[in-house]
Amino acid sequence: MRYLTDRKRARGLGAGGTGTHHHWQMMVRSMLMTVLVPLFVITLGLGLGGTQEEVLSYFARPFPAIITGLTLVVGLIHLMNEAQEAIEDYVHGAAEKLTLVAVKAFCYTLMAAGLFALVKIAL
Amino acid sequence: MVQLTLPKNSRITTGKTWPKPEGATNLRKLQIYRWNPDDGQNPRVDTYFVDMDTCGPMVLDALIKIKNEIDPTLTFRRSCREGICGSCAMNIDGINTLACIYGMDEIKGDVKIYPLPHMPVVKDLIPDLTHFYAQHASIMPWLETKTNRPAKEWKQSIEDRKKLDGLYECVMCASCSTSCPSYWWNGDRYLGPAALLHAYRWIIDSRDEATGERLDELEDPFKLYRCHTIMNCAKTCPKGLNPAKAIAQIKKLMVERAV
Repeated sequence: MRYLTDRKRARGLGAGGTGTHHHWQMMVRSMLMTVLVPLFVITLGLGLGGTQEEVLSYFARPFPAIITGLTLVVGLIHLMNEAQEAIEDYVHGAAEKLTLVAVKAFCYTLMAAGLFALVKIAL
Repeated sequence: MVQLTLPKNSRITTGKTWPKPEGATNLRKLQIYRWNPDDGQNPRVDTYFVDMDTCGPMVLDALIKIKNEIDPTLTFRRSCREGICGSCAMNIDGINTLACIYGMDEIKGDVKIYPLPHMPVVKDLIPDLTHFYAQHASIMPWLETKTNRPAKEWKQSIEDRKKLDGLYECVMCASCSTSCPSYWWNGDRYLGPAALLHAYRWIIDSRDEATGERLDELEDPFKLYRCHTIMNCAKTCPKGLNPAKAIAQIKKLMVERAV
């Protein structure tokens, strides 16, 4: 039981002073994804059907490698931030913080593994 | 964590079926949520039958008829009966709306009436709107000025006045906020569509001199940015307003001053 006034309860700890940057970055990444995803699908499609050596040499070329790398980085950062929104919506308290850390760790690991594979193929 | 099931003492049971009025030929069946905090019982849904030949056309008319002629313990808020005061907001046929301007003929089958969703219930169809009103107060719903008061009035051009159309008409019935999933899950921190529509009404007012301070107050991941443009608010608003658009306009101003 806490004797808080309604106004105090509504104002809580006040404004966090952030949010617009996150919102703007989400919009920028969304715009980038509308270009990157079709490019990535086309690039991936063109590389399919060959032998392993042919596919490896295809992804070693600059354009497919850069498009794949960009899609990987931008896509995973976008996923990470969208997942953050969903977690903040539905999970609260200590579980929220732990889930956020776990999701970020998972996304960064995926990104590192993907970039490592790409660099290994391309170089 | 989001609660996916109701607590045991909130589960709704089948209530009393009240007798049909004698000699009536044009009957409508109403199923109404009932809960009394004093009897220690779970909420229930009572069934009533109303003779439409002797009843007004709106849902509120039927509720008043039930209270006057069948069950005087039925509790609900009402005042103006013409969509101005916002008192009789409730969930009718699955839609948050005002009982006074929602026609019985707009509903097919049984008329199901519940209090506004996801709010604490005071009794029967009366939700506790204390927090909702406090959130509205927190956005400073008044003209903030620093310039000395003019001799006559704060002038406003016709064009600037037009910007308030679609905003000032809000009657604070809470239909929009209580239809918003973001408000359901994070109503303690997210201001909700009604408070944000009012916030925008004062932000966009050409006479107000606290635009920056108002935007500062909303610069928060929860207060403003919990809105995911679900649009339930615009769909349900009984006055035909569009709180989602007002929220989008606030976000636009936020970006405009930051980027």
